[in-house]
Amino acid sequence: MLYDIKLVIDYDYAAPAEHSRMLLRLLPSRFLAGQELLSADLQIDPEPDERREGFDFFGNAVTSAVWHGSMHALQLTLTLRVRRLVGPKPGTVPSPALTALGGQLAGLRDLGPDSPLHHIGPSPRIALSAPITAFAKGATRAAPDTRAAVVALGRALHRAMTFDAEATSVETTPAQAFAQRRGVCQDFAQVMIAGLRGIGVPAGYVSGFLRTEPPPGQPRLEGVDAMHAWVRAWTGEGSGWIEIDPTNDRIAGEDYVTVARGRDYGDVAPVLGAMRTSGGQGTRQAVDMVPIDE
Amino acid sequence: MSASPKSDLFADYALLPGVADEVFDAEGQMRPVWRRFVERFARLTPDEVAARFERGNQYLRDAGVFYRQYSGGASGDPLAEREWPLAHLPVILHEREWQGICDGLGQRADLLEQVVADLYGPGRLVAEGHLPASLIAASPQWLRPMVGVAPVGGKFLHQLAFEIGRSPDGSWLVLGDRVQAPSGAGFALENRMATGRIFPERVVRAYTHRLAGFFGAFRGALEGLAAATPDRNGRAAILTPGPSNDTYYEHTYIARYLGLMLLEGEDLLVENGQAKVRTIEGPMPLGALWRRIDAGFADPLELNADSRIGTPGLVEAVRQGRLGMVNALGSGVLEMRAMMAFLPRIAQVLTGKPLALPNIATWWCGGAAQRAYVRQHAARMMLGPALAVDLPVDQRAEAARPGAGDWIEAQGAALVAQEAVALSTTPTWVTEPGAALNTGRILPRPMTIRVFAARTPAGWAFMPGGYARIGRATGDATALAMQRGGSVADVWIIADRPVPQVSLHPAPGAPFRRANPGAMPARAADNLFWLGRYIERAEDAVRLTRAYHLRLASTDNPSDPLLRRLRGFAKGYGIEVGRPVPQGVLDRIGAARSCAAKVRDRFSIDGWRALVDLEHTAQVTLKGAQPGDDAARAMSVLVRKISGFSGLVQDNMYRFQGWRFLSMGRAIERADSLAALLQEFADPAAPEGALDLAVEVADSVLTHRRRYLAETSRDTVVDLLALDGDNPRSVLFQLRQLHTQAAALPDALDNGRPAALLRAIVPLDAALSVDSPEQIDSERLGALRRQLSAISDLIAAAYLR
Repeated sequence: MLYDIKLVIDYDYAAPAEHSRMLLRLLPSRFLAGQELLSADLQIDPEPDERREGFDFFGNAVTSAVWHGSMHALQLTLTLRVRRLVGPKPGTVPSPALTALGGQLAGLRDLGPDSPLHHIGPSPRIALSAPITAFAKGATRAAPDTRAAVVALGRALHRAMTFDAEATSVETTPAQAFAQRRGVCQDFAQVMIAGLRGIGVPAGYVSGFLRTEPPPGQPRLEGVDAMHAWVRAWTGEGSGWIEIDPTNDRIAGEDYVTVARGRDYGDVAPVLGAMRTSGGQGTRQAVDMVPIDE
Repeated sequence: MSASPKSDLFADYALLPGVADEVFDAEGQMRPVWRRFVERFARLTPDEVAARFERGNQYLRDAGVFYRQYSGGASGDPLAEREWPLAHLPVILHEREWQGICDGLGQRADLLEQVVADLYGPGRLVAEGHLPASLIAASPQWLRPMVGVAPVGGKFLHQLAFEIGRSPDGSWLVLGDRVQAPSGAGFALENRMATGRIFPERVVRAYTHRLAGFFGAFRGALEGLAAATPDRNGRAAILTPGPSNDTYYEHTYIARYLGLMLLEGEDLLVENGQAKVRTIEGPMPLGALWRRIDAGFADPLELNADSRIGTPGLVEAVRQGRLGMVNALGSGVLEMRAMMAFLPRIAQVLTGKPLALPNIATWWCGGAAQRAYVRQHAARMMLGPALAVDLPVDQRAEAARPGAGDWIEAQGAALVAQEAVALSTTPTWVTEPGAALNTGRILPRPMTIRVFAARTPAGWAFMPGGYARIGRATGDATALAMQRGGSVADVWIIADRPVPQVSLHPAPGAPFRRANPGAMPARAADNLFWLGRYIERAEDAVRLTRAYHLRLASTDNPSDPLLRRLRGFAKGYGIEVGRPVPQGVLDRIGAARSCAAKVRDRFSIDGWRALVDLEHTAQVTLKGAQPGDDAARAMSVLVRKISGFSGLVQDNMYRFQGWRFLSMGRAIERADSLAALLQEFADPAAPEGALDLAVEVADSVLTHRRRYLAETSRDTVVDLLALDGDNPRSVLFQLRQLHTQAAALPDALDNGRPAALLRAIVPLDAALSVDSPEQIDSERLGALRRQLSAISDLIAAAYLR
């Protein structure tokens, strides 16, 4: 499937921001399996005094932008054409039982970007939480293998939690979101990651886009109005990673385009900024992802 | 000779079985290296000992040496300052033994360099199974953004400290590696200064290796690192977390000692990949930072997002190879306790040799075989978190309990076990709590030594002694921590022959430059400027309060119109002059001290103590003052103390940029308060006696009497307090002061013409120079005050951001 994606993010600063520095993780890496980046363009207005492109530890493309003077507003415009090749199919290699996963992990000698070892235990924004771990244990008790456990936990969370754009903020912790059983895609993803790690399954955070209008006859999905977030989980040697969207209870397949991956939101935040300003800021985001006929 | 000193001095010095002692060998014989010292010390009477120790304490107090007790201390004040806990007797080692230690630690330092270079580079140790991948991945100190980043000059580690202890068989063990931001080297210098006061005898000192050479070598290495960046024009500086850090005193001390700028995160900015310090002359390039902050806090953008003390972009400057870091960001991963379990094997793998100086035996409980071993020998082990970076002697004793087996199984990879080592003892002067120094006895106490190393072009240089930690009691190795009552002793490395004098002068040809004093960080200038303003505000508040209580004492009538007017006037500034020591006075003094605390590296110790004394007097000594005469006297005390501080500044502070900002702060504040005073009390509608009150508050009674033989009139008062260029208590005098200082600042001129700041000051100076008293009406005074406020803004815009 071929998609045109357009994202516009606006910031307004109450007081002029001086000497701002930002890291933008908006451009998908060209090297992601399962998708092909045909064209990509990121416009930054006002034009930064310094701009450089690079990659972070996890292989995500990072745009660094610095403004030496002051600015009152900022607009980021991202235009992408991406071909989504295949959705991840159920692996042909069987996934091990949950109890066997620890042994496989202990034998790993890999600290490369895709190693599951980065995704076990707590990360800066995802602490392990006893209530979430207990929930995950309950939800996966009947699962025959790790892969099935991941799917089962995604489904259980989708049932237990309600999508609510007002209930949480970007700083809400997974434990808080889980306690109120409400939140947006970030909360669904982070709660699920905390749950998976709590039962010993390596799990990471994915940011990206979700097709705005569903294929004919299917319901419109949650999370299409802004950048989306979902989960990737390691299901064992050979069976590898699967990507799953607990907000919509589905495998993240053909309708999804990945931008960045990391341990939690902090590793993939689309816009990370530091500036000297005395006032607050306002922000708006508009996103559109439409399939185009080939 | 060997027996004689022992008889008295060491009467209560009971050697512990199974524990080595520094003074006495296994046969109970005094080691020769101690003899010269013990012989001298034994000649002192208890009173002489007490007098000498007190001299050392006095030195530390006078020098203002302190460390911070973290919150939770007795006072509950998170910023409480504690006196430096000097253990007065030194620990003494022979240079031959010391050389052996340094050889072993030099090998260890090279090994640590190889390990950290591998962890941020090829990753061979993990790939080949010599370090567990899961352990590294779990360490919060393994900083992923730094993976693949090559450090300036090719080396990650430049300054290290090792905590070592002597085991029962007499050999030395490494207890911990300090890599992140090793502290204590500056305190070692102060230990040495203090013990120099206590034991001035040349016959002992002449044989003791000096510390200064180490610092000279290290400073040279820092300058060399800064020069190794491609820009070659950057300077080296020290990056501190700020005044709330427990070792902030040391940061200020060592910055002064080495002549390096002491910077906080907000002093820095990164432009085009180059780190720069914001100075009053604009951004100036930096080439190397000796960081005293944990790496995670260095850059909120790429490392710990919650950091409030870092600089966005610092990682980028490092990544571009334009900023050297001492030590490299991420090298703290070496400090995790579990690392000790693998270093012996890694030494074999990387160097083909065992560790010359072994570290404390350590087992990581992530492997089944290790867990089984630990369970079996749990009784003589200490258990702790695998990723913890504190030293085994600083953790709470978590000796393995019966039934710990299940716990060890459950925690597994999160735990390490370390052999419980009985540390050697050293003589310590111990007094009962509250008892006088001369009642002390010499008792054995456990100790560890901290060894400081610095990379120089000629290899690792070691500071010869200087720093040992002494435990509070025998049998409790964890009581070494200062936060828990431990103390710190000097360590003397003794030679067989007198050692040459060393001082901090660079060797010929070393890349030493005098630090350009013009590089004044904008934040420091800002604090000095506000220190000037607050101290002047405090004085103004004190003088108003005094005037009020003097009049109250003579009239005994709080409803007197003049007193009412004075109350209303002061209240406009938040000062309740009716109270004997108004809160507004305390607040202003506190604000002044707080500004000064942030620039202690630029302050004389006397000046700082004068401020602390001023605050203490206002808060404590004068607390119970009664309204009227008593309060007036109390305010007179404060006036004298403030003048004492001002005098110290005036007499002692080097006339450079910092002093100019302090002076400008005072000048603006004094000019403004004089204008406000005249506006209120030289107002034709003011009650009787108002003019005299204005003259008195402005401390100009005598001058007025001498200059004007006539009665006090509005004209004479305005003339003296606004227009008299020779009266330090006049607006014109202060404007001229401002004019002089502003003209001497960098960029005072713009293409040969006065820049904005001077353009604002010059017309005011000129106008007041030619005006006559009747022209200075209330409206004019109000305008003047607005112009002064605008001048303050111009100073901030031009220099303080």
